[in-house]
Formats: sequence, structure tokens, C-alpha cells
Amino acid sequence: MKFKLKIWRQKNNQDKGGFKTYDLDGVSSDMSFLEMIDVLNEQLIDKDEDPVHFDHDCREGICGMCSMYINGEPHGPLRGVTTCQLHMRSFSDGETITIEPWRAKAFPVIKDLAVDRSAFDRVIQAGGYISVNTGGTPDANEIPIPKTVADEAFDSATCIGCGACVAACKNASAMLFVSAKISQLSMLPQGQVERDERAEKMVAQMDAEGFGACTNTGACSAECPKGIDLSNIARMNREYLGAKLSSGK
Amino acid sequence: MSWLSDTLTSTIGRKLVMSLTGLFLIIFLVVHLAGNFQLLADDGGLAFNAYAKFMTSNPIIKTTSYGLYAFILIHIIMSIALVRKNKAARPVGYSEVKGSANSSFSSRNMGILGFIIFVFLVIHLRNFWYEMHWGAIQMDDAGNKDLYKVVSAAFSEWWYVAIYVLCMVGLAFHLSHGFSSAFQTLGVNHSKYTPFIKKLGIAYAILIPFAFALIPIIMFLNS
Amino acid sequence: MNLESKIPEGPLSEKWTNHKFNVKLVNPANKRKYDIIVVGTGLAGASAAASLAELGYNVKSFCFQDSPRRAHSIAAQGGINAAKNYQNDGDSVFRLFYDTIKGGDYRSREANVYRLAQVSVNIIDQCVAQGVPFAREYGGLLANRSFGGAQVSRTFYARGQTGQQLLLGAYSALSRQIANGKVELFPRTEMLDLVMVDGKAKGIVARNLVTGKIESHSAHAVVLATGGYGNVFYLSTNAMGSNVTAAWRAHKKGALMANPCYTQIHPTCIPVSGDHQSKLTLMSESLRNDGRVWVPATKELAEKIRKKEIHPNDLSEDERDYYLERKYPAFGNLVPRDVASRNAKYVCDEGRGVNETGKAVYLDFRDAIKRDGEDTIASKYGNLFDMYKQITGENPYAQPMKIYPAVHYTMGGLWVDYNLKTNIDGLYATGESNFSDHGANRLGASALMQGLADGYFVIPYTIGNYLAGEKYEKVDTDHEAFKAAEKEVKDNIDKLLSIKGSKSVDHYHKELGKIMWDYCGMSRTGEGLKKAKELIKDLKVDFWKNVKVLGSNEEFNSSLEKASRVSDFLELGELMVDDALHREESCGGHFREEHQTPEGEAKRNDEDFAYVAAWEYTGPEKPETLHKEQLIFENVKLTQRSYK
Repeated sequence: MKFKLKIWRQKNNQDKGGFKTYDLDGVSSDMSFLEMIDVLNEQLIDKDEDPVHFDHDCREGICGMCSMYINGEPHGPLRGVTTCQLHMRSFSDGETITIEPWRAKAFPVIKDLAVDRSAFDRVIQAGGYISVNTGGTPDANEIPIPKTVADEAFDSATCIGCGACVAACKNASAMLFVSAKISQLSMLPQGQVERDERAEKMVAQMDAEGFGACTNTGACSAECPKGIDLSNIARMNREYLGAKLSSGK
Repeated sequence: MSWLSDTLTSTIGRKLVMSLTGLFLIIFLVVHLAGNFQLLADDGGLAFNAYAKFMTSNPIIKTTSYGLYAFILIHIIMSIALVRKNKAARPVGYSEVKGSANSSFSSRNMGILGFIIFVFLVIHLRNFWYEMHWGAIQMDDAGNKDLYKVVSAAFSEWWYVAIYVLCMVGLAFHLSHGFSSAFQTLGVNHSKYTPFIKKLGIAYAILIPFAFALIPIIMFLNS
Repeated sequence: MNLESKIPEGPLSEKWTNHKFNVKLVNPANKRKYDIIVVGTGLAGASAAASLAELGYNVKSFCFQDSPRRAHSIAAQGGINAAKNYQNDGDSVFRLFYDTIKGGDYRSREANVYRLAQVSVNIIDQCVAQGVPFAREYGGLLANRSFGGAQVSRTFYARGQTGQQLLLGAYSALSRQIANGKVELFPRTEMLDLVMVDGKAKGIVARNLVTGKIESHSAHAVVLATGGYGNVFYLSTNAMGSNVTAAWRAHKKGALMANPCYTQIHPTCIPVSGDHQSKLTLMSESLRNDGRVWVPATKELAEKIRKKEIHPNDLSEDERDYYLERKYPAFGNLVPRDVASRNAKYVCDEGRGVNETGKAVYLDFRDAIKRDGEDTIASKYGNLFDMYKQITGENPYAQPMKIYPAVHYTMGGLWVDYNLKTNIDGLYATGESNFSDHGANRLGASALMQGLADGYFVIPYTIGNYLAGEKYEKVDTDHEAFKAAEKEVKDNIDKLLSIKGSKSVDHYHKELGKIMWDYCGMSRTGEGLKKAKELIKDLKVDFWKNVKVLGSNEEFNSSLEKASRVSDFLELGELMVDDALHREESCGGHFREEHQTPEGEAKRNDEDFAYVAAWEYTGPEKPETLHKEQLIFENVKLTQRSYK
């Protein structure tokens, strides 16, 4: 297969950056998208050109590190997969593929297609945990949890923190990410103790990072490689407003 | 009360305000439409004018209408604040966005649709509401201001009817997202009820603007 | 050098309890006076950093990824073992201990493994308290499954994403401590050297991967939780960034590397599809619970399948060879990983492999779907089937999956004593980066267990024993030892950048991987290993002459990162070959063709090789020195592993 690749190149955070177009031939349909970029990079290195920098690690769709905005969609045209799981058979021969970094104020570009997503870490640090120290916990089976509840909490917990929701959202809102964690912990009995405080703090941090607001377009959920449902955002709204109305502070 | 200002200036709080004011305006539309139907009564506008008089003089309605003005303003101001925040959240945009792949047209264009409604509102208020309050309007046979005449004069102009109808299309799209979105923002999302709310929203978004648009069309055809 | 394993006195079951009582404690008020560096944020690293910070130590946590949550523990699918005996099927701490020792082919320390089994039960409690959504029964209690050759159901799981959920649990605990100000996080920062002062580990030199800045960090102790070195094979199920650099640089500073040749080849991976392949994807071993492994009964049939003349579904029962069920009637498709992997290699070597490359066997769910229905199978393995379909474009509900073994885990690693301390004072190694608990072969669902055991329940006790004897004063990063280490790191980087050769880093990595896979992979021979050694030596020389690393140090430079890692893999590869060559026996993941039973099974030599081979670095291009730690078995009888 043959492609014309229009890729965002930006030397560093200060650089203005711009698109550069590359022709790539001899691509196998069995290649993953990142392997296709690998091939391009080998050719660039061969020509003494700086290879395209992009974030990637596990290449099996679970670490959440890969992050490319491909032909107008985060992680490309296929639903339910990350860029590393996207294969070239999903594209047609001769196609022009536009590749951009995630775009958000809270995700500054580091180089080329790699962006800084530490804002997500800071949101989790604001309260995305249950405060238990190691040891001294009750026997695991002392907390029975209805299977349906556990399963629903699991659905929220599958978020990989890739940031596709932010990238897809026209407002660069992080609500799907934040709500997935708030939902998971608010559903489980273990998470009840800090439930109100958690919702208030995580939302405050989310806002402080400069993410946009939700317009309920559903783009985040549609593009989420793990299919995190929009109902998480509704739950977060409930949790947050409930906490604000009822908490002691 | 800092918690309240904190809450109302948070992204979720602002959305809550949008949602609540939006829901109020949705209800208002039904009331307004009920009144409009009297334009179709075959009495030379007597019922409609009596209704208009009632709406502008009854103290309860008047008080409510101040609330309405406030809600419209808040809805607009808050939306501007949100649009600004949302624009700031993505200072550098994409060169290519395939929005249609993941979201509906209305959901992505609520601001523009809202602006269309706003423009309509200005024209609408200037022509009818302003005239009713401060304009030089004749009296009808019952001694009420003859707003009907003003309305039917406007609706005899094809371009005015066309603008009206187009704006109702804008309203329809705005509602098609806004209705169910308001519930989502309030946290009402449940596998049992959400499908119903969504269908109701679509039905509402089609029927109400359609009925609004029908009245000027009928009046134009009758003129 | 005398390798003291520091195994506590007393009966096996009381060693850990006694030891916990006997170790020196640091006064709670004094803990804040000690700084600990933890490198790596996977299960072992994140759990250690969080637990140590909870105790009051000041922790600096490093990872090369953009966030601690990306560490490759996240990709573990199947589950985590614990001797809870919730299923009432006869499990116990001793049985988990016994299974692990036996599974490791009697090449691990009894005391360490027993402790692992003991604390396994605490891990589950801890994770549930953190909100890890383990699978549950309808009654609301935790569900278990049998996994990877175990005769009891002791594996706790979270769909096919157990590693993810456990890691996110540890990451949340770590995040909490970052918020508390007890952990300082350094993402996108790679450790490039260990700093020693007066023979003790006192800090690290690291490179900020975004700016290229070389930074020194001083501490009272350093914990390496940097994972395994499977990427020495280029193609493995490891993440692209997984590397040996931190451990290897510590090795070059004197830490012994133990049993480097013990690598685990996982039997159920998606086969290689072409030269472009950058990594291999594992399919959870749990698939073998319901899938049946087979190849065509004859070469001729296999050939027809490869040429796509016939479809696998069309083969009759007689034309299928369910070779694992045939050879191992008791365990069938659930034989341990090394046995399953090697047998796949054998049938493929016989010419009965099934994909275009001839390097694949079938894993068939036809009978399970017939028995339980497609819905049941989908609910158990849905995400794995989807992943398979995504990668291969084939539908595993309608035709058998194709699988082939791939490098997955490395049992070898830095030598540590019972306290998880390396032979260097103040330097600890946890999780996959140490050699400690899995012997020559790791059982399924035990990696997660070990990582969390080390981080949550072992290191928080044992590190205090060392720190209690340390002064509060920290070595200043202006100290000459830091300056010397920084210079060494900078020189090394400058050297890589100055070669300006003609071949890319990936070229060398691929070459090395091919050598390792061919000669130091599933099946090894003395002759092949000797050849491998020469090939690696030549490759290494070529690398330092002809590698091409573009750009500068002062920028985000992925080629430079890779080059630095591959340079270490080249050295490690040679040591692995040495280790494999010297170990004249077959055990677990190390299979020497010269040493097999008449039935073709691994033949151990307990008389001569029941020891840990710990290698000492002696200088560039000099052979490493072998130190032996004799393994003493007092509680289990060494038997030939048999899964017949």
C-alpha cells in the first residue's frame, strides 16, 4: 500500500510547528499504524532527517500512551481501539492521512505528536483514590459487592487515561476521564467515605487545568477506545452537585 | 456563600445553570405556543388581544415574565462565558475535524443555533413585544390593544414569514440537542429512562417549532 | 565474594514472622529524615513508593513514561494468585509455595517463595480496599479461576485486565502520596547510572527525556523496580520502552546479575505476521482453559493449510493432533508455559505449523462454543477475541485462533538477598527486575503477585533494617561520585551521538533480537550459544562503529533513548549467552537440547546446578565472574517435573 502522510512537525514546545508531507510506499495492510510510522522513521533516519516523535509504549491498547489525531479523529477511524491497535487495512491505498497531536491547552505539545498529559495525573492526585494505607485492611470478602455494581464500576475503571476524550471534544473537556474515576469509586462501597470530597476536589482540579466544559455532544464516548459511557458524566454531575449542596464546607 | 459562587462558576455549575434555564425556556415555549394558537381563532383577533392584555397586566404573569427575561439573559450570558472558556481550552485547533463521525450536528453547533434564536428574539421582541408595550397601537372592538393587527400585518410579508420559519428550524435543532442534554447535565441518565427522554426531546424539538412555524404560514396564506 | 542470602533461621512458616520481628525499625519521627529513590512505577515500583511514603519516608519516584500509570504491568491480563482458599478446593499457603517452587523447576529460594505465598493473601485485601474491581460472584464475593497449570482455583482476576486494575490501584495509592507531598514524581525521566559512595548506593543520575538535562538525585537508598529485560529479543510482549538500562548500569557498578538466561516464552501470543513487526501481543493464558491446542496430524495437511487450499474447520478429528492432550493427559492444554511453548516449537519444526510462516499452532474454541454457547465464551474472553480479530483480521468465533510462543517474562535479574537487597548496600531490586521468586520458570498469575508482594509487604519492612543504621545526612549531589557518574553518562551519550554511522538503532536491535531468539530462545545448544556469543560480539563492535543517532542530547530524542538502551541490551545479551552456556542442564525456561530425557523433557542436574548463578561485572570486554549461591531445599523434595 501507498500513502501520503501529512504530519504535524514541531521541534519543541516553543516552536510554532507546521505540517510536513511525506510519501510512503510499501506499507503492508497487516502493519499497525505505529509500525507504519516506524517504517517512515527508518526512512527519515536514512535521509538524516529527524524521525517523527510520538508517544507509544505497550502497543497492545492498554497503556494509553499512544495519542494521534488521525484524519480528524483521535486514534483514527476505527471504534474501540487505540492507535497502536489500528491497522493499515482500515485505510485505502493511496489515501492521504493527516496526523496531528492531541490539541488542548491542558495538553501542551512536547514535540511533533507527543503531548504532555500530566494534567490527568494531577486530577487523579486531587482525589482519584481511596485513602487506605498498606496493611490493616479487612479480608477482601468482608465487603460483598453485588456483581452488577462491581461490573458497572469495572466498566468505568477500564479507562486508560489516553486523553482521546479531550482530543475529540470540541471544547477539549476532560469530563469523561474525570467522571470515569469518580464513577468507579462512587459506586463501590469502599469509595463512600470520601465520595463528596473526591467529587469536589477532582472537578476543581479539572477546571484549574484549563479543560473546557461539557456540551454533551457524546464525541468523547464515541471516540473512547474503551467505550466509557456518557452516563459517567451524568453521574459525576450528580456527585458534584450533590456534594456541593450537602457537604459540610 | 463562597461555595455557591464556587459551584456556579465551575464548569459543571455553569452547565447546571444552562440546563435549568434551558428547561424553563422549554416550558415557556409551550405556554407561548398556546397563546399563539389564538391567532388562528376566527374572531378578528379579539381572543388573542384579550390574551395579550392579560399577559401584560396580570401581576403574577408579569412577575413571571421578569423571571423569564432574566433566564433568557442568564442563558445567553452563561453560554457566552462557556463558549469563551471552551475556546480557551483549545488555543490551537485541528486542521481536520471529523465531527460528524462522533457527534450530532446540533450538539456541535449549539452556540450558532442559539445565536440564530437570539437574532430572532431581537426582531421578534422589537416587532411585537415592544409594540405591545410602547408602540402606537390601535384598540380593538373590545378595547384591548390590537396586537393581532400588528401580527397579521407582519405575517402578510413573505420575507418575514420566511425568517420566522427559518428561525424555527434553528430552534428545532437547538432543542433537539438541548432537551435531552439538559437532563444529562442534571445527572439524569439511566438506561431505563434516557432512551425515553431522548425520544421525547426529538418529538418536542420537531412538534413545537413546527407548530410555531405553522401559524405564520397559515396567516400568510390567509392574508 | 560471599553471597549471603540472609535467610532467617527457624521453620519455613515462621521465618518471615520472625524476621519481621528481628529487623531493626526506624523511629516514626525519624523516617522523614530518610530519602528513598524508587525507579519504575509498575506494580513493584508504585506499590513500594506509595507504601514507603505512607510510612513517612521521602520518596522520589521515576519513570520513563509520561505517567506512572503507563508502566507495563498494565498489560498483564490473566490474574493474580493468592492462597485465600476461598473456593474450598484445598489451597493453602504451602500449596501455593509448593506449586511455585515446583513450577520454577527448583531453582528458587524456598524462604522467598514461602513468604511470597504468605503475603499473597494480604495483597488481595489491600487491592480490594483500594477499590480494585475484581470479578465477583452473584453473591457479591470474589470469583476465582484456575490458571496456568494450577490444580486449584486461586487466581483473582478483573476480566482480561487484571494488571491494569492492579496497577491503577497502586497508581492511585502513589497519587495520594504525591498529593500528600511525600512522593516527588519524575515522569519522562530515565535513570542512567547508579551513584555509589563508600561502597553504598547513594543516588542516581537520570536524564530528563524532554529537555535532555542530566540530573543527579541523592538519597539514602535506591530501589530498582524497573521490570524485565525481555526486549533483548527485540520482539517480545514487553512494551516498546521496557529496557534493562537501570539494572544493567547498576550491574556495571557492582550489582550481581542472577540467572540472566532464565527467560519465559509465553505459549499463547499472536504469531508474527511480517518483518515490520515491532512487538508481539499476548493472548491471556486463560484461553487455554477452554481452547484446545492442535496442529494438523501430518505435514502434508499443514502444507495445504498454509497454502490456503483447505480450511482448518474442514479437518476431521483424525486429521487433528491435539498434541498437548495426547502427550500430557493429566494436564492437557493446561501444562506450564515452558512445556506448552516448547511443544509448539517442536510441532512447527516438524513442519506442521499453520500460518504462512509455518510458525503457528491452532487454539480452537469450536468445542467450547458447542458445549457452553457463544455467549458464555464471549463473556469470558470477549475482549481477547476482539483484540485478536483487530490484529489479525480473522474471527476466532468462526475459525481457530493461531498462536505462537513469544518472549514474555524474564525470571533472571539483579541478585537480591531475602531482604531484596542487592549485594550493594542501599540498593534494592523488586518485582521482575530481581531474580528472586520464580526460579527457572514463572507460573501464570504470579508476576503480579510478586510485584505487589515486594512493593507493599516486603520492602517497607526490610529497607528499614538498612536505613536504621544509616546517618541522616544525605550525600550532596556536588559530591565527586555524582560528578563522576554524570560525566560518565554524558560521555556515553556524546559517544553515541558522535558515531554518526549509517545504520539505525532499530537495525541493531532487530539483529540482536534475531540472534537471541535463534540461539538463546526456547531451545538452546552449546554450539549455538557459542556461535551467538561471536555474533553478538561482532554486532557490538559494529554498533559502536556504525550506529546512527541523529539530533542532540538537549532535546526530546527517541533515537538517542533507544540507542542507549540497545547498547545495554547488547552487553546483557552476551551475558545471557554465557549464562545459558555454562548451565549444562535443562530447567524451566532454560532448555538445553543436550540435556533432555528420552521423552524430550527438560532434564535437570540438581547435583551440579542447584544454585543461583550470580554474575559480577569485571570491566569492559572482560568475562564476568560467576558466583554461586547454593540453593538448599529443606521442605520440598526435588522431583522431575512431570505433567503427564
